[in-house]
Amino acid sequence: MIKLTVNGQPREVEVAGDTPLLWVLRDSLGLTGTKYGCGMSLCGACTVHVDGAPTRACITPLDSVAGRAITTIEGLSPDRSHPVQQAWIEIDVPQCGYCQSGQIMSAAALLKQNPKPSDADIDAAMSGNICRCGTYPRIRKAIHKAAAIAAGAPPDSLSRTTSLAQPSAARTAKEGT
Amino acid sequence: MTTSSRSLTGELSRRGFLKSTATAAGGLVIACYLPGCSKPEEVAVSSGPPKLIKANAWLQIGTDGSITMFCDKSEMGQGVYTALPTLLAEELSVEPTTIKVEFAPPGNEYVNKLLGVQATGGSTSVREAWDKIRMAGAEARTRLIAAAAKQWGAPPQSCTVADGYVVFTSRRASFGELAEAAAALPAPENVRVKGHNDFKYIGKTLPRLDTPSKVDGSAQFGIDMRLPGMLYAALAQPPQLGGTVKSFNADKAKAMPGVREVLQTSSGVAVVADTWWQAKTARDALDIQWNPGAAAKLTNASIYAGLKTASSGKGLDVRKEGDVDAGWKANRRRVEATYELPMLAHATLEPQNCTVEFRDDGCHVYAPTQVQGMAQAAAAQAAGLPPEKVFVHTTFLGGGFGRRLDVDFVPAAVECAKAVNKPVKLLWTREDDTTHDKYRPPARNTLSAAFDDNGRLNTVKVHLVAPSVTARWAPGAVPQGTPDPFAIEAAHNFPYDVPNLYIDYVQHEVGLDVGYWRSVSHALNCFTIESFMDELAAEVQLDPVDFRRSLLARQPRWLAVLDAAARKANWGHPPAGRYQGVALMSGYDSYLAQVAEISLDGNKLKVHRIVCAIDCGQMVNPGIVQAQAEGGIVFGLTAALFSEINVVNGKVQEQNFDTYRLLRINETPAIEVHLLNSGEKPGGMGEPSVALVAPAVCNAIHAATRKRLRKLPITRQGFVV
Repeated sequence: MIKLTVNGQPREVEVAGDTPLLWVLRDSLGLTGTKYGCGMSLCGACTVHVDGAPTRACITPLDSVAGRAITTIEGLSPDRSHPVQQAWIEIDVPQCGYCQSGQIMSAAALLKQNPKPSDADIDAAMSGNICRCGTYPRIRKAIHKAAAIAAGAPPDSLSRTTSLAQPSAARTAKEGT
Repeated sequence: MTTSSRSLTGELSRRGFLKSTATAAGGLVIACYLPGCSKPEEVAVSSGPPKLIKANAWLQIGTDGSITMFCDKSEMGQGVYTALPTLLAEELSVEPTTIKVEFAPPGNEYVNKLLGVQATGGSTSVREAWDKIRMAGAEARTRLIAAAAKQWGAPPQSCTVADGYVVFTSRRASFGELAEAAAALPAPENVRVKGHNDFKYIGKTLPRLDTPSKVDGSAQFGIDMRLPGMLYAALAQPPQLGGTVKSFNADKAKAMPGVREVLQTSSGVAVVADTWWQAKTARDALDIQWNPGAAAKLTNASIYAGLKTASSGKGLDVRKEGDVDAGWKANRRRVEATYELPMLAHATLEPQNCTVEFRDDGCHVYAPTQVQGMAQAAAAQAAGLPPEKVFVHTTFLGGGFGRRLDVDFVPAAVECAKAVNKPVKLLWTREDDTTHDKYRPPARNTLSAAFDDNGRLNTVKVHLVAPSVTARWAPGAVPQGTPDPFAIEAAHNFPYDVPNLYIDYVQHEVGLDVGYWRSVSHALNCFTIESFMDELAAEVQLDPVDFRRSLLARQPRWLAVLDAAARKANWGHPPAGRYQGVALMSGYDSYLAQVAEISLDGNKLKVHRIVCAIDCGQMVNPGIVQAQAEGGIVFGLTAALFSEINVVNGKVQEQNFDTYRLLRINETPAIEVHLLNSGEKPGGMGEPSVALVAPAVCNAIHAATRKRLRKLPITRQGFVV
């Protein structure tokens, strides 16, 4: 029996301690929002937060997170109100949507640590998350928008603020991507 | 509703509904699936309100006013879950967000008229739905108005619909109140769809209906299926393509925790366990001896040697204009080039999977599929049941790209569920998925051209050599002596003015299963032709855009996108140190041009910007069109830069995303999409933008280096990114 805290709730599971956290979340606890894409920490579809840090659940053994606080996409907000979720909806980021739980969890962790990320910061934080549908341009835009939402930008000035905050392609290059 | 029917996939709840109805109403439900039976049917629920009235194959109205659409196309990111209900909403004059969407089951009424089978593919969804779904909505609207007019003794032409009500002067009645009376009326005559000027929703960027469920983890993909008592399966498949099981020892696997069953399936050896991780771990412990298959000696070298040999033969005529032989003989200023394209994997981020449950009424299949009828047929064969005893429930698809036009992941799941007599979810690993794909065909295309003494293009010969996907996927569908239409795309419609033109296609099978891969042969042939057009421009020392423009006087839509892309990209005036390349294509009734802007630091390539101009005619949702163009460009750039499948002794070498690399956010250029509003009929947009990226980038590399890339991917031609 291994104890852990998932989305604020104490949970107990009876599987081998070397079972990757991903399969504990999905199969034992029924939290299927966290996705399997590669099993090798190559695609980021399984990203969750462990004590607030973005973590690839597919290579994280269960016993290494015993007693720690795990947040999945289901626990990010009860009502899609997290600034990242709001921005994702406003920009209509997802296509197939399969990678988006992982993208959102990575983006939320980035913004917590860096409330106003540059394009280079976004590249660094998000390059571990693959989107096969190619929603990257919208992910970038949505992270800037989420930063503005989190900063409390009033709705009427939001789009203006965000467009000013959008770095041009030239600036992206200058920042050394 | 039963517990299991309360699912996030609409189709599941529909099935639960149908199941309960079948008991209450006998054959009524089945009857409405018979071909040719398009009369509205009232379907009574087993108990309590609301009643659900099926207006036609796509629309159901509840007595509570609820509107449900049975979406007959699979949602794999391309936006049908939003675009198709928008067409219905427009004719019913209701907000698209008020429509509940469920995925349609297999059925003759859901056969894709552009493809001849029930399938989501070929960028056909909006093109096929455009008249069909609007007519379905208009017919229902006409009936609802007729029912209200009859009740009120009012002239139908004076009644209107708004927000779920029929309105006449100060009177109004909800669709829900009218639905039963409307369904009882005879089929209306003079059903008319709205005029373009009256569109309220079509043509606007409305929010996608699936976005909310895709930002909180609740969207249900095939991999997310959970049924009471469900077990999990992992499958060992032959490492050599086409191999079979010779023998296996499961002693070790059977002794492992959670393992319930080990069985040989039609495609390998499966382990069924309490959790998928247990099943997968035990699968890896299986000791299996394999019989090598027919592909056991296959290597990339032998595949390309075979294509080269086949290239010496004459192919099937695709297009013949003027007198190519005479033109070729008379003109000695010639250019010839041969291009080779690699095999590719689809790499949907959701690996192939299928969940199956046998119930009293038959076999229930929950799958992320692009082909409900084929999934039904495959499951029926594996289950030993007639197709009508197999119920296919379509989930969201975690990417499709043509991979899920095949149903090779269905039978083993059925075999497992049958063996353990419990629901089973079978899931492939990423490595299973990469090594057991239906690969994008390789190709070897040779182009030749001759200019006359005045430097005018006189003769062009296009000689295409590739395997045929359709020959495998739908044997017999292509008449003998005619080319597979999905092998000659973006070549058969060669737009450039030339007096003598000959295009032929040699079908050469290479010994492994090939599949439809997003944009299909457009990607092969657009790379070939648009690279070659640049070679021709260089031969006569003309600017690549000017050269193309000079040959497009009779092609206004091609010319318009070329001009738009050139203008938006500031063609001819790139920033210092950057180089531009252009490509042009028409496919799926859409017209596109792209300009790529690159720089090189030694052999290190950076793609800075891709500008894309599109005329796809009437758009349903321009925001989704733009998203598809953006995503397609990322997909195309991934392939251009990185992708290649290598086969050694029948084994695919690429396994996971370390060896089959996909583009990441830090490698993605600025992408600008410009939508032209031509007002023509709708064109498909799920695929075409993929195909122009490779030629545009390679033409830019030529502009920078004078080096011509006639093979892909770019990173295996001496460049790094």
